[in-house]
Amino acid sequence: MTTLASILLDGVAYGMILFMISVGLTVTMGLMRVVNLAHGGFAMLGGAFTHWAMMSAGLPFPLAALAALIAVVILSVPMERVFYRPIYKMGELPQVLATIGITFLMIASVNYAMGSSLLSIPLPKVMSGAVDLGFRTLPTHRLYVLGAGVLVIVGLFVLIERTRFGIRLRAAVDHPGTAACLGIDTGRIFSLTFALGAGLAALGGILGAELLPIDAYYPLRYMILFLTVVAVGGMGSVAGSFVAALALGILDTAARYLFPEVGTIFFYLAMIVMLGLRPQGLLGRA
Amino acid sequence: MRSLVPFVVMLVVAVAAFYLFPYNLAFLTRVVITMILVLSLDLILGVAGVSTLGQAAMYGSGAYAAGLFAIHVWHDPLAGLAVGAAAGAVVAFVSGLFLTRAHGLTLLMLTIAVTEVLQEIANKFSAITGGTDGLGGIRMGRVLGIWKFDFVGRTGYIYAVCVLFVVVVVLKIVIGSPFGLALRGIGDSPARMRAIGTPVTRRLIAAYTLSGAVAGLAGAMAAQSTALVSLGVYDFQLSAEAMIMLILGGTGRLWGALIGTAVFMTVHQVASSVDPFNWLFVIGLLVLAVVYAVPRGLLGLPDEVKRLLRRLK
Repeated sequence: MTTLASILLDGVAYGMILFMISVGLTVTMGLMRVVNLAHGGFAMLGGAFTHWAMMSAGLPFPLAALAALIAVVILSVPMERVFYRPIYKMGELPQVLATIGITFLMIASVNYAMGSSLLSIPLPKVMSGAVDLGFRTLPTHRLYVLGAGVLVIVGLFVLIERTRFGIRLRAAVDHPGTAACLGIDTGRIFSLTFALGAGLAALGGILGAELLPIDAYYPLRYMILFLTVVAVGGMGSVAGSFVAALALGILDTAARYLFPEVGTIFFYLAMIVMLGLRPQGLLGRA
Repeated sequence: MRSLVPFVVMLVVAVAAFYLFPYNLAFLTRVVITMILVLSLDLILGVAGVSTLGQAAMYGSGAYAAGLFAIHVWHDPLAGLAVGAAAGAVVAFVSGLFLTRAHGLTLLMLTIAVTEVLQEIANKFSAITGGTDGLGGIRMGRVLGIWKFDFVGRTGYIYAVCVLFVVVVVLKIVIGSPFGLALRGIGDSPARMRAIGTPVTRRLIAAYTLSGAVAGLAGAMAAQSTALVSLGVYDFQLSAEAMIMLILGGTGRLWGALIGTAVFMTVHQVASSVDPFNWLFVIGLLVLAVVYAVPRGLLGLPDEVKRLLRRLK
């Protein structure tokens, strides 16, 4: 019983991190039809900026994280203009190739500026302790992760379902051509959404640094993980990626608890089965 | 006659490289082996239009099969190649049964997942595969019982070049055959091919199996020439780089695979020896330059230049 509760707790916390990082990817991929392999790079940049702001500039964690978030969002806008806009209309392969190139440049930049060692993000006292839950202790940090995850999903729901921007975004995802004909500035929607996705990735990268440690090769190491969430959840579906992230998080954690000797095999087999049953993803449209 | 010209060029380049860089034969052999891998990718991706990031699955299986065969059964190199190719073909056939039904992102993710599962299996069965230590102790016999693998890698290089020639000739014939034309048609439009009565999925499985055999062959060559198989043969990076090399050279015409591999690996080698820390910048910029400037690869470069000149007139 307690094992089960532990698996659920850790799995959900892990899933929230996966969700935060991947949700931007699923929206941009659904919206722009770009297979973006560089998305994890924004999570890494968020973590790297935070590390730098804390170590070199001496900012406290919340300020450093906020500054890093803003920096990533600001950086993502020109990147979308310069690198991504030309590849929207290209085929899948050039997109894969271009975004691998972008990933390489991001890795090389961080490697050049900060070296290839681990970029630690020490947590402040309020977040670093542990909470006693009776049957086990839980790192306080996980509670913040859970809180942030819930905030993000609620915030996204309100943004997408209840605001004017959300209506336009959904229209552009459904049919960019028609949306543009109706006077929706799809270019601007693309920019804003991309920036939002990059910001969420950065947030996930910073908060998830305990579980997925930040270093220069982060985008390559976890690329497959984030793409899996999108593929399993269904491209363009926020709810789908939420379900997929939680399911994969819990599954992976369960496998680690119950069959530590099987390793990641379980994760990939589960993915093969899920994609075999629903090729367009759990909540994706064909 | 004209179709023979590229072969002559290839031969001249291979011989010239042998005499110009006698101290880099190990690297040259690696280039030739990678060319075989990229050729296998060209068949399935360039010709049949199946986008895959999982070519390492067959390459790695071929490498392990050839390595284990050499250690436990027979150290004859050519028999090892056959075993490697067979292993690649089996892996490709089995995974192809469900891979060829998927598209887009799902297909990419499935091909990656198959590779990761195989890597994890190789890791777990360390009693057989050596796990993270790698599979060592591979000793190769003489090629055809005559030529011994020497320390400098002369035999290894010539052997690899000969295999490359055979692979190119075979793939040329396959691509020119009705089967190859059907694949090209599927690459352009699967729906149209289905409409005119081509069994699309069956053709794709056959192509994937053949491609897997060639990739397995490349893996077997790698195992034989380095006498070591590590878990790295299943790395995602290998599949990704193979794709980069193919698109860099130009897809669908085989020669692009050779040119792309040579250029990419040379740039990689030079950049990483000049600056071992920041060479990734060069690779990243190279990749982006290909996508934005020469989308059809280096093979398309002459056409692109011609069009530019015509516009200037």
